[in-house]
Amino acid sequence: MDTTETLEAVEQVRRSVGATANDAVHPFRVNFSDAELAELRRRISSTRWPDRETVTDQSQGPQLATLQKLARYWVTEYDWRKVEARLNALPNFVTMIDGLNIHFIHVRSSHENALPLIVTHGWPGSIIEQLKIIDPLTNPTAHGGSAADAFHLVIPSIPGYGFSTKPTTTGWGPERIARAWAGLMKRLGYTKFVAQGGDWGAIITDVMGAQGHPELLGIHSNMPGIFPPDIDKAALTGGPSPSGLSADEKVAYEQLVLEYAKGIGYGYQMGLRPQALYGIADSPVGIAGYFLDHDAQSLALISRAFDGRSEGLSRDDVLDNVTLTWLTNSFTSGARLYWEAFESKVSFFGVKGVSVPVAVSVFPDELYQAPRSWAERAYPKLIYYNKLEKGGHFAAWEQPKLFTEELRASFRSLRKSA
Amino acid sequence: MQEGSNVNRRRLIGGAAAVAVGQVGLAGLLFPERSMAVNYDLKQTAPDTGAIRSFHFSAPEAELTELRRRINATRWPEKETVSDESQGAPLATLQELARYWGTDYDWRKIEAQLNALPQFITKIDGLDIHFIHVRSKHERALPLIVTHGWPGSIIEQLKIINLLTNPTAHGGSASDAFDLVIPSLPGYGFSEKPKTAGWGPDRAARAWVVLMKRLGYVRFVAQGGDLGAGVCTLMAKQSPPELLAIHTNFPGAIPPDIAKALQSGDSPPTNLSADERRAYDQLSILFAKRRAYAQMMGTRPQTLYGLADSPVGLAAWMLDHGDGYGQPAAPVTSAVFGRTINGHRAGDLTRDDVLDDITLYWLTNTAVSAARFYWESHVNLYNATDVSIPAAVSVFPGENYQAPRSWVERAYHKLIYYNELDEGGHYAAWEQPRLFSEEVRAGFRSLRI
Repeated sequence: MDTTETLEAVEQVRRSVGATANDAVHPFRVNFSDAELAELRRRISSTRWPDRETVTDQSQGPQLATLQKLARYWVTEYDWRKVEARLNALPNFVTMIDGLNIHFIHVRSSHENALPLIVTHGWPGSIIEQLKIIDPLTNPTAHGGSAADAFHLVIPSIPGYGFSTKPTTTGWGPERIARAWAGLMKRLGYTKFVAQGGDWGAIITDVMGAQGHPELLGIHSNMPGIFPPDIDKAALTGGPSPSGLSADEKVAYEQLVLEYAKGIGYGYQMGLRPQALYGIADSPVGIAGYFLDHDAQSLALISRAFDGRSEGLSRDDVLDNVTLTWLTNSFTSGARLYWEAFESKVSFFGVKGVSVPVAVSVFPDELYQAPRSWAERAYPKLIYYNKLEKGGHFAAWEQPKLFTEELRASFRSLRKSA
Repeated sequence: MQEGSNVNRRRLIGGAAAVAVGQVGLAGLLFPERSMAVNYDLKQTAPDTGAIRSFHFSAPEAELTELRRRINATRWPEKETVSDESQGAPLATLQELARYWGTDYDWRKIEAQLNALPQFITKIDGLDIHFIHVRSKHERALPLIVTHGWPGSIIEQLKIINLLTNPTAHGGSASDAFDLVIPSLPGYGFSEKPKTAGWGPDRAARAWVVLMKRLGYVRFVAQGGDLGAGVCTLMAKQSPPELLAIHTNFPGAIPPDIAKALQSGDSPPTNLSADERRAYDQLSILFAKRRAYAQMMGTRPQTLYGLADSPVGLAAWMLDHGDGYGQPAAPVTSAVFGRTINGHRAGDLTRDDVLDDITLYWLTNTAVSAARFYWESHVNLYNATDVSIPAAVSVFPGENYQAPRSWVERAYHKLIYYNELDEGGHYAAWEQPRLFSEEVRAGFRSLRI
């Protein structure tokens, strides 16, 4: 049975057992057919390329040479079955929440007092981003930690991403997802838990932290929403640096100005017109090109990987994520999350009114370096703040060891109340 | 009967294509990215000598077959989650277009139409520039260079050629005649794709002056909409002595204080007249909702690999350019469905017109090179320009915004003509060629005396 059939079978089970069993949790396995993989390779091989960029750097987008190296590796050496086997070695489930089948990985620690934790991926990501942190977090004694560092780990696929159902109606923005996550954790029997995220995961986690779920003890973010509204607006309109900023606030402000002006054209496109990107959905290399271009530092990191200098992300890491998106045909549905966020006017980088305890890790290659002063204002209960020396936007994926240590340190003070 | 003659014509062109393929060896070395697509006359490729070579295009049959194969093998996303156009070009629109494109659409028709026109290539500033050049039979015809925009091409201007060059056959007088030059922007259609940075609107504007002088025109006028307006306006600002005046259907006229208010998203200034307020409201929607594609192409054109690899992807991206009525532009949607949608007529725009333009982009693989023109563009097309030579402005009701006379007068210091029309949108020359031609005639009439 391939994955599409599996999801259909789950739907059938759900229908056959009636509405009362809607909170049932079903095991899930990934198995795409050989034909689908062969078709993917055929399409990559027959890619029609644009001409080379007219510059010698990344200032026009991911360079043709990088994408051509990626495509060559994808067709000749890359093996989807490896990550498929890794995924199937993990406990995967689906359960219906608020009318959608939500896919998630759920790994319980062998340690009794493990702290339940839900970690949310971002864009252009998926559960693939989190695979490296599963064992270190759930089995800390095998990874330099103590039993007291253990987590029970839940890693869901955002609606419209990977193996979660694609919404067919509007409304699945960060608010609704955050409520679904709280529902998921309770359904799994967790009456106290913590949450973590970067990118969209950070936004969803911030929103959970603002919704006032009594079960949520605290959150950790590696892309904290910290910009005060006036600063955020000034950056969006590209005005000069507001007066009275400290040195690190000024740096963060200028990073945000650059981001809005030059860095997230792709975000505006998906936020306003996701349904104009048929060409990305129809082309494996199209998805790869679009995904590689999240931000300058990540693009440089990934480009180096395809030049044979892998640090943090490997070629397989990158292609596992792109291939998952291709096989589930979820580029457009994933892009639509931006549209939902634009509709509901959720701030990407701004303060969201989080009331629960918050831990913040600042990785040096993130879009912006969140200053402690703004983190303190955004999160009245800031329990942890740390600046790291290595790592970027995809912290869990790039630097799983550092990332794991951050989570352990961040939530340590909350465990007594758990 | 008609079917039979089609087959015969295809065979004839097939023969020409075979000759073209025979030349690919050398052409491939010179122009590797388009060796399959363009039949250059290799005897005349001397670089930068000012030589003008005649140009014909014949797409190899294999390319057309491959295009249809790709269209029919499109991997579709799911339907949008809304019942309107607020997320982009609706799936049903694209599937309707793809169904026709992948079966009955015939590129050979437009190809024959193009090849019946005098087309040329000449090297300017190191780049091969393609253009259509139709001289009027009328002796005192006014030389005019008309520049297309994005997502357009020379296809936008085909309907006005006869109207402008042969006015006596179309309700005009001999004194309305123009000698017409319609170039393809660098990286668009049959013009060469720049290989190095620097080919933006400013350089294109300078190249157009060289082109007109090379054609022997010591006095001429220029016209443009969309990006073509940008090029035309920059020509006017460069004010070469040969350029008598410009006409635009896309004036850059937003006064600085209004531009600032729009950028900050503030409420409109209170002292606006009714037509200024209307323009303000149109621009507010435009800047908030309809310019993502421009930001994407202006910052990261090379990220759009999918447009080069997917015909339907290219079609959707091009279709999603809005106008004052909607996004996609309302007349384009009406043309795709062959009936009036949301009350906005297609005018003279047909489904074939729309696909001719998209197919030209596909066959020349110019989605990314055309997008790059935005990256190269450092001029704001909307904000008030500062043009001192005579300028004529036509305001079509479905344009992205209807520029009020009060704003236009401040941006174009010698405004010789201003008119608001009752019909027509962003693609004025394409949608309303007759009205458009009358505007161009009227716009430049005072200069002829």
